[in-house]
Amino acid sequence: MTDSKYFTTTKKGEIFELKSELNNDKKEKKKEAVKKVIASMTVGKDVSALFPDVVNCMQTDNLELKKLVYLYLMNYAKSQPDMAIMAVNTFVKDCEDPNPLIRALAVRTMGCIRVDKITEYLCEPLRKCLKDEDPYVRKTAAVCVAKLYDISSGLVEDQGFLEQLKELLSDSNPMVVANAVAALSEINESSPTGQPLVELSTSTINKLLTALNECTEWGQVFILDSLSNYTPRDEREAQSICERITPRLAHANAAVVLSAVKVLIKMMEILAGDTEFCSTLSKKLAPPLVTLLSSEPEVQYVALRNINLIVQKKPDILKHEMKVFFVKYNDPIYVKLEKLDIMIRLASQANIAQVLSELKEYATEVDVDFVRKAVRAIGRCAIKVEPSAERCVSTLLDLIQTKVNYVVQEAIVVIKDIFRNWWNSTANALNCFGFSPKIRTDSKQAWTKYVGKEAEKMYPAPDKRWCSIAVWEPAQNPPIEPIAVSRVAITMSIRVGSMLKCSVSPRFSSEAIRIVMVIVHNFAPCSCQTLSDRKVGLLVDEDYIVAFAVSCNGTGDGHETIRVNYGFVHAHELGQALFQFQMHVCGSYTFSIINTSCKRKYPNKYESIISTLCENLDTLDEPEARASMVWIIGEYAERIDNADELLDSFLEGFADENAQVQLQLLTAVVKLFLKRPQHTQGLVQHVLSLATQDSDNPDLRDRGFIYWRLLSTDPAAAKEVVLADKPLISEETDLLEPTLLDELICHISSLASVYHKPPTAFVEGRSAGIRKTLPARQGSGDETTTTAEATVIPSQDSLIGDLLSMDLGSTVPAAAAPMAAPTSNVDLLGGGLDVLLGSGAPDLSGSVAPSTTGLLGDIFGLTSAPAMYTPPKTCWLPAEKGKGLEIYGTFSRRAGQISMDMTLTNKAMQFRSGASHPLTVPALQPGQSLEYSLALNTTGPVQRMDPLTTLQVAIKNNVDVFYYACQMPIQILFTEDGTLDKRVFLTTWRDIPSANEVQYTINDIKGTTDSISNKMTQNNIFTIAKRNVEGQDMLYQSLKLTNNIWVLLELKLQPGVTTATLSLKSRSVEVAPYVFQAYESIVRN
Amino acid sequence: MSCSAIYILDVKGKVLISRNYRGDIDLGVIEKFMPLLMEKEEEGLLTPILQTTDCTFAYIKTNNLYIVSTTKKNANIALVFVFLHKIVQVMTEYFKELEEESIRDNFVVIYELLDELLDFGYPQTTDSKILQEYITQEGHKLEIQPRIPVAVTNAVSWRSEGIKYRKNEVFLDVIESVNLLANANGNVLRSEIVGAIKMRVYLSGMPELRLGLNDKVLFESTGRGKSKSVELEDVKFHQCVRLSRFEIDRTISFIPPDGEFELMSYRLNTHVKPLIWIESVIERHAHSRVEYMIKAKSQFKRRSTANNVEIVIPVPHDADSPKFKTTIGSVKYAPEQNAITWTIKSFPGGKEYLMRAHFGLPSVECEDTEGKPPIQVKFEIPYFTTSGIQVRYLKIIEKSGYQALPWVRYITQNGDYQLRTN
Repeated sequence: MTDSKYFTTTKKGEIFELKSELNNDKKEKKKEAVKKVIASMTVGKDVSALFPDVVNCMQTDNLELKKLVYLYLMNYAKSQPDMAIMAVNTFVKDCEDPNPLIRALAVRTMGCIRVDKITEYLCEPLRKCLKDEDPYVRKTAAVCVAKLYDISSGLVEDQGFLEQLKELLSDSNPMVVANAVAALSEINESSPTGQPLVELSTSTINKLLTALNECTEWGQVFILDSLSNYTPRDEREAQSICERITPRLAHANAAVVLSAVKVLIKMMEILAGDTEFCSTLSKKLAPPLVTLLSSEPEVQYVALRNINLIVQKKPDILKHEMKVFFVKYNDPIYVKLEKLDIMIRLASQANIAQVLSELKEYATEVDVDFVRKAVRAIGRCAIKVEPSAERCVSTLLDLIQTKVNYVVQEAIVVIKDIFRNWWNSTANALNCFGFSPKIRTDSKQAWTKYVGKEAEKMYPAPDKRWCSIAVWEPAQNPPIEPIAVSRVAITMSIRVGSMLKCSVSPRFSSEAIRIVMVIVHNFAPCSCQTLSDRKVGLLVDEDYIVAFAVSCNGTGDGHETIRVNYGFVHAHELGQALFQFQMHVCGSYTFSIINTSCKRKYPNKYESIISTLCENLDTLDEPEARASMVWIIGEYAERIDNADELLDSFLEGFADENAQVQLQLLTAVVKLFLKRPQHTQGLVQHVLSLATQDSDNPDLRDRGFIYWRLLSTDPAAAKEVVLADKPLISEETDLLEPTLLDELICHISSLASVYHKPPTAFVEGRSAGIRKTLPARQGSGDETTTTAEATVIPSQDSLIGDLLSMDLGSTVPAAAAPMAAPTSNVDLLGGGLDVLLGSGAPDLSGSVAPSTTGLLGDIFGLTSAPAMYTPPKTCWLPAEKGKGLEIYGTFSRRAGQISMDMTLTNKAMQFRSGASHPLTVPALQPGQSLEYSLALNTTGPVQRMDPLTTLQVAIKNNVDVFYYACQMPIQILFTEDGTLDKRVFLTTWRDIPSANEVQYTINDIKGTTDSISNKMTQNNIFTIAKRNVEGQDMLYQSLKLTNNIWVLLELKLQPGVTTATLSLKSRSVEVAPYVFQAYESIVRN
Repeated sequence: MSCSAIYILDVKGKVLISRNYRGDIDLGVIEKFMPLLMEKEEEGLLTPILQTTDCTFAYIKTNNLYIVSTTKKNANIALVFVFLHKIVQVMTEYFKELEEESIRDNFVVIYELLDELLDFGYPQTTDSKILQEYITQEGHKLEIQPRIPVAVTNAVSWRSEGIKYRKNEVFLDVIESVNLLANANGNVLRSEIVGAIKMRVYLSGMPELRLGLNDKVLFESTGRGKSKSVELEDVKFHQCVRLSRFEIDRTISFIPPDGEFELMSYRLNTHVKPLIWIESVIERHAHSRVEYMIKAKSQFKRRSTANNVEIVIPVPHDADSPKFKTTIGSVKYAPEQNAITWTIKSFPGGKEYLMRAHFGLPSVECEDTEGKPPIQVKFEIPYFTTSGIQVRYLKIIEKSGYQALPWVRYITQNGDYQLRTN
């Protein structure tokens, strides 16, 4: 007879029937009924209505029945808290039952009933059970403390259970010790302060190590895991712990082995690495790790993820074990992929041949993902082991010959990466393959074509140099190569070359020109024909034409077939044609052609091309193609007149786009805005709000916020960032960041080690526990350096403060610099207003259109743009002197640009309106004012003025030329890169003679040290370090003037006192009074 | 650690039985498991650990059942997986076969077991022999109330006291599995021996056992370096073996559990000559036929014999009309495995046999590309170990002083024995 009969029920009135059965007097009947209830519960039926009847059966001496009732209680107590109280009495009674099995059962079950009212009654029985004579009850009670802590941590602390639990660590029974350790670790981990509630002392550690030898396999894991949180006092203790743990490596349970490995690696961190003890220990670690690979696949997976970490942390341990990571045909895919990753990490010059032949084998398997990864792995090997690069490339070339589409594609991508890094050593391999006489013509042709095609696809990848080389080689050696190959090569070279021309970097452009020149020189007849065949009007760009013309002249051939103007004449048609075929490939390129040509000759046709583009936008359905299109518009925004309209049309369906396209749209709009800020603010605000407010995609949101932040604080930096050249792939990109690696090593065998993420990334709230780090090796580093550093290391808070106050300025060294205007006379509006510069002081140049930076500042004025202190406007030119023109002005600095902000007011009644009127088109009506911002430059010839900050200005209007001088506040000359590394600061401070030190006392200080520091940072005075000495806050600050004078400062503040002492050190101490003045004005505002 | 709940699901993801241990995750979260598993499988990103916003699932699959554990914490995941496999082992020992039916038939016991195996997510007693002493299938028939065996909390948690046998006997099986990976050129990429010493113990009382092997480290330390010995690269012991004792003087001393168990396993990475070597010539004539010429060679001593040799040769899945020719044994085509199996009941050492196979191929080719599964070989060679390991003695000491008989057997078999083909 089996239990399955309990699952068959008579549908009708089931609950009612059960009720009467439960109340039956016969024990057997009762038990049958309870089993039926549990069976219903198991299949998910709600039997909570029977609660009182089931609880009635609780008082029984039949253990099996009792267990079932307890099980029922655990499931339904929460839904019936009031009735659950009925059970309390029995629980309390059971906790005193003569049978330890029942005592333990009661205390175990009570802890699982998470009802507050019951919890109150749990304390007394629990206290008794913790001291029970039977170890089985004690070990159950130990876990119960952890349960209680989870329900009510306060109760555990108040009732002294923690102390009792601690006592259990010295229990005579190893199982009790193990469970007590487990409970304590759990409590420590979830302590609200993040600090462990119970610290392990040396004597407890010894007890644990003793218990380790005697408890069950699981208990050993609990003990080892808690040992891994212990930091020994010295090397000796670490060594003795290691010695006592090492035998665990021979345990059959994989979890015991991994936990032991965790403790050992952590302890090794404390031990000096070069001792014999350490090297023997390292040697002992390898075999158990290898053996883990013969366990169940799931355990293997965990082991492999951990080995991946260990290999990064201690590459030596497994360096001879490459072969064990060879993939077996029947490994599950997750094991295969992990093995592959570890193989690459272990690849070295010694074993690369084996690795490559394995990888080649894998590349012929069926699983597409695995094959792709295998091909990628070959590339990673090449990047890791440079001398093998050539070999890797030839392996890849073999794979390309298999003609399996995804293998070929992957291989090409990989070759690109290899070339990017080691192209010198691999170029030969390429030659050997494609261009040695041994290889058949058709395969060479295919190869060349393939590389060319790939090169196109890879647009907009930053580095296309390798493609050009690949296709250029055959073209360059016409005597050896058959015409067919050369022809293909030439076509491809030109296409590739053309793209190179469009690419951002001038390096590639010159490469492109070189290619075309060489081809045409060497192989003129063929190339000309090819070109004309294919109507390669791509040669429209000036440089090409020059190159081409030169070549054609040189050979005296091809004049007929190719006209220099061909491209210009047909650019329009060609562009359209190209567009229709391969828009997402050549689109950008078409644009540039059309743009350059049309600008010169056919300005009117430009729009029609764009309209064609718009018509075809809908046909792009692949996200990749759409994203590419958007990229094109963004990248070439300055050349496309209606880029804003185009992007706007994309924005309409923003929400429906693929994430890839959305990201690209966001970037494109920002690019457009940075290039053409005049009419695109609306657009950029729109896209930013779409990205940050309406999107659920964190990537998109984050990118949106970053742009927003960048644009609102430092547009110049934004430009640098957004419009920068794309970085190359680094060979170490696949390694984990060292601090993260160290943290993960502390979490070996846990989920974190499998995810390769810190626990905080996936565990909510307080249970994430304290951040673990590897202990520092003791006795390293001498005392003096550590103390010296301690004073200058900014605290976590101030670091964050720095980050938020947009220290990005440091990446924009004096943005004004390139605008060198050597002539002092700048005629801005056809003679409307000449701004003359005083012969001394900084250069001035201006633009009448509102400056970009100013606008940017305004748009985002609502956000938290940090305000640099700008002095209020003062009267520079009174109306009487200016014949009715009154000028109020001040200076400010925004995003690295100094500007002179003026308010011009027409006070004269007779002021005539006219084209030559100041500054803006609408004339200044009498009484009207105008705000105007003028960008200033600091690169002109300098004359020393007295006072130093005097600026002489000349202003001319249709009435007269007016001269005036004004005082610039010095802080506008503080540059954004005025921050110093703390070491540099220290040495510089020491190097400047004390004669150059000036002291000053500032009165009337408001705000806290931090707020002052923040204010300073906004004004480009950077806090290098902060420390507290005897209640005084010391701020170490630095600033740099536009003429590269460094000023170092020490600001002493006392909380609650409004005066502060400022010490200044600089090589040019003359600036001191002005700096003090600046300090005063900044601090007070 | 910290399994929040354990579920046993059928192959469609329906919960057969579950137990909530910590109550920090809603039991209903399991509804997400199957869809997530399917999704990951589709993407080819399947791992035994699945993450959702609510929790992490760790699962194993056995006999069309999923054993799933949930956790919200940074659990010791190695322990979770080892434990899940342990659950399967315990239940298999209880019910012979762990499957949907046996779960329904024994749900009361399973609830009891789940209660005893794990407490608040921490594994407790998982030794099925000990568990069987106080959690019995026929519980209601017992008149006496069960008591917890002392062993549950004893330092010797795997053996109960008071065991009695009329005849005290120990059977020791030394089983070596040879793992081999060879590439298509006939080069051995990897070969290792994974050995296991399995015991069947029928001894009374609490016997102390000491096992002596020809362990190289031991021999060298005791000055017998010249005798024939084996260097064990890595040794793993059953929890009954005193590991610290082994670490100190390489003595394998233990109080064994009762009945059958694996005392130890070891691994050797020595390069061994493949015991059975296969040479294959495969000629594919696309759209018409494929021909195989398989040569099997036994490369061990003539006086040994390999039994039940099975050579599994993969063939294309669209192959038809098989024809075989062989000098010995029998060949069978197993279309469901896309393979042919060449069986040789008895294969003496130093011999060489040949088999030819011929298949037709359809003229229309299937678009799916096929992988190249390796040739696999199964065999058993009794009275022989590849490593040369020997049991030198097995001392049995019990305070009653009875005489016990140890029986030792050696056998070598295939492990993961794969030969790649072209």
